[in-house]
Amino acid sequence: MSADVTKVDRAGEPVVADSPPSGPPVGGPTAGRHGGLAGLLSGPAGRSAGLVLALVLLVVVGIITAGDRFASPENALTILRLGSVIGVVSVGMTFVISGGGIDLSVGAIVALSSVWATTVATQTMAANYHWIVMVVAALVVGGVCGLVNGVLVAYGRMAPFIVTLAMLAAARGLAELIAKRRTQIVRERGFIDFFGGSVLGIPVLVIMFAIVAVAGWVLLNRTTFGRRTLAIGGNPEAARLAGIRVQHQTMYLYILLGVACGIAAVMLMARTTTGTSTHGTLYELDAIAAVVIRGTLLSGGRGTVVGTVLGVLIFTTLTNVFTLNNLDTSTQAVAKGAIIVAAVLLQQRVSRTRST
Amino acid sequence: MANVVKRFPGVVALGGVDLDVLPGEVHCLLGQNGAGKSTLIKVLAGVHEPNEGTIEWLGEPVTLHHPQAAMDLGVATMYQELDLVEGLTVAENIFLGHEPTRFGFSQRPAARREAAALLARLGHPEISPAAEVGTLSAASCQIVSMARALSRDARLIIMDEPSAVLDAGEVDQLFRVIREVTDQGVAVVYISHRLEEIREIGDRVTVLKDGRTVATGLDARSTPTQELIRLMTGRSIEYVFPPKPAVDAGAEPVLRVEGLARPGEFAAVSFDVRPGEVVGLAGLVGSGRSEIVETIFGARKATIGTVRVGGRAVRGGSVAAAVAAGIGLCPEERKSQALVLGASLASNITLATLPRFSRGGLLDGSAEVEAAEELLESLDVRPRGVHRESRTLSGGNQQKVVLARWLLRGCKVLLLDEPTRGVDVGARSEIYALIRRLTDEGVAVVVVSSEIPEVLGLSNRVLVLADRTVRHEGPADELDEHAVLDIILKGDAA
Repeated sequence: MSADVTKVDRAGEPVVADSPPSGPPVGGPTAGRHGGLAGLLSGPAGRSAGLVLALVLLVVVGIITAGDRFASPENALTILRLGSVIGVVSVGMTFVISGGGIDLSVGAIVALSSVWATTVATQTMAANYHWIVMVVAALVVGGVCGLVNGVLVAYGRMAPFIVTLAMLAAARGLAELIAKRRTQIVRERGFIDFFGGSVLGIPVLVIMFAIVAVAGWVLLNRTTFGRRTLAIGGNPEAARLAGIRVQHQTMYLYILLGVACGIAAVMLMARTTTGTSTHGTLYELDAIAAVVIRGTLLSGGRGTVVGTVLGVLIFTTLTNVFTLNNLDTSTQAVAKGAIIVAAVLLQQRVSRTRST
Repeated sequence: MANVVKRFPGVVALGGVDLDVLPGEVHCLLGQNGAGKSTLIKVLAGVHEPNEGTIEWLGEPVTLHHPQAAMDLGVATMYQELDLVEGLTVAENIFLGHEPTRFGFSQRPAARREAAALLARLGHPEISPAAEVGTLSAASCQIVSMARALSRDARLIIMDEPSAVLDAGEVDQLFRVIREVTDQGVAVVYISHRLEEIREIGDRVTVLKDGRTVATGLDARSTPTQELIRLMTGRSIEYVFPPKPAVDAGAEPVLRVEGLARPGEFAAVSFDVRPGEVVGLAGLVGSGRSEIVETIFGARKATIGTVRVGGRAVRGGSVAAAVAAGIGLCPEERKSQALVLGASLASNITLATLPRFSRGGLLDGSAEVEAAEELLESLDVRPRGVHRESRTLSGGNQQKVVLARWLLRGCKVLLLDEPTRGVDVGARSEIYALIRRLTDEGVAVVVVSSEIPEVLGLSNRVLVLADRTVRHEGPADELDEHAVLDIILKGDAA
């Protein structure tokens, strides 16, 4: 119960605070809107008020239709655990999209990383040394795929859509070749015990998602790296003429996302205890949806990790509510489409009354 | 239109504007940036709906909910920010939204023929109706935009700074067409910052200030310049340049350009700029002047030649290397080349200086805001507010933000490409004063401008370009506008 209650509270706060003063004079002489409660409300949660509202509605629907089966601490953790893998990918995707790009190959990279990290060769090495070998293998494979994407986009001057579409096909094909279309079992007990375990009752996967999300937020909002990302996404020519190495930066974004896919592969291997070429199928769509649901432009220059995390939570909660109500996956897919449109509309309405 | 009011949340863009336009006249709108000119024409074009006031068309009150409603009445608008679709051809752009059709199929040959006729009428038969707009120069795009307005058989054409990207010959051509259409009873609302153009083409003038009409129906030819400036600014100012202190001729040059060339863009150019000196590049659009400063800045790679800052060669073709060497550029196109429009003023200002605000990669946000606030205050950028999006500022204030970026960085060499394009009279003087402040601190400045008086007024020395070649180099004091024009014209003839 407790987990959900705090969620509703946190969500309810900005919604209540936002609606009455609709359309404050924007950026007028009201400078220095910083710190304190006001700062929090005009902060990230406030700006994603539409998504918070959508999530609250979903939670209410969940409580009404599934009662205590939904509103239990165990179920809250289940939702978070389910969302953690795609969540890590989506945080990485936030960077690429904010930087003016797109990556369709994330699912395939997750699959290839998971397969590579669970081959007989890798697992033998892991058995001889330490299971960390498998983690390193997954991260390196993900990073290298990202590097290839990044080099082709930044230095090959190819459209990211094309490059990553090619990577999607190639990486999944390579994963099938390596795994010979068989599912590879993770044999390292240490690996499964570590990543499948819990700390203080919280699953390690959820903790990893939280760490990635917080690190992603800091990186995007509080570092030169993040500022450069938003600048090249917002106006690449202006960024270049301000002395920013646009090509370097673009390449880094794809590497970053590749590594995030490697992390996601590790998490998926722990959750399913397998590595297969079918892991991560359609992750690209889920990740892109989670990023753009806040109304983030695909043209770049904007993006918030908070919005992405909320997007992930909305989709996973939705799946959870549907599963608890015994609805099949086809119905879920239809609802998902409707929710994307509804949430973006809601977000646009809310942000329009706040700014403009 | 009478007493029109347009409010945006938080800002009153128009606070009571009266304007009446007669058939066959050229009615000029004057006003500083931010005075409400652009908002006013958007109201006329049906883009914005006024909150108060009335608009009458041929004596009938009308409401313009939508741009199409304005077009149907016969109002055509040429926006300052060109609104052409780059991927479509010239003919397709001209007839966008009203293609000649038969049974629902577009009549492409007919469209091309008519487009060719319109372009010929505008004196530009060399622009092919089949060419993709993305491949055309800025001036040609302006012509296409004009052809589009004409193609609608409009009774009122609104032109927002049509001459900004045109050279003298093209402006003459434009004026010829304007006279042609006004002779047929079409009314033109003409916006320009160039008073001399208004004298030449205008019939009556309306002056806006702070979203209000301060004078309307003034005679465009006889109203004294002093009077117009006084109305626009609310004070009487001279169009003056700050005094130029003498440059120490013996001083070691900060910037040394040696034999820099890009065949097809500009022939070998060499010059030095000493500390505190301003060197001006004068020439027409397309004379290679912007290409030269962009090459010095590393945005284009020189085929041959070197650029030295403080005696050290700067690696060519790399903006990052040029910035590291202490060069800054305020590019010609502020919106597309200089500003991240959706980002805050603070982050635009610190864009070239991020490492300074970084502690191990983490940005010190409050130091950033503080530095930006200080600069915005010292440059008197309005409206104030470091968190404001840079797109919401007027041209002059945006230019100050770009300058602030390089001020913060502390450049040794500052390259200014058209520093006052689209900048109103008041902000101009401030930018001139700012350039002088920089040279007093020993910065070497290179100024490119289409306005010859500006180049002469600011510079110690001037390079005159024509036909992509330097035709003359000498002290600014020894030249006047006529002499420069003479060199340019002879150069082109050669």
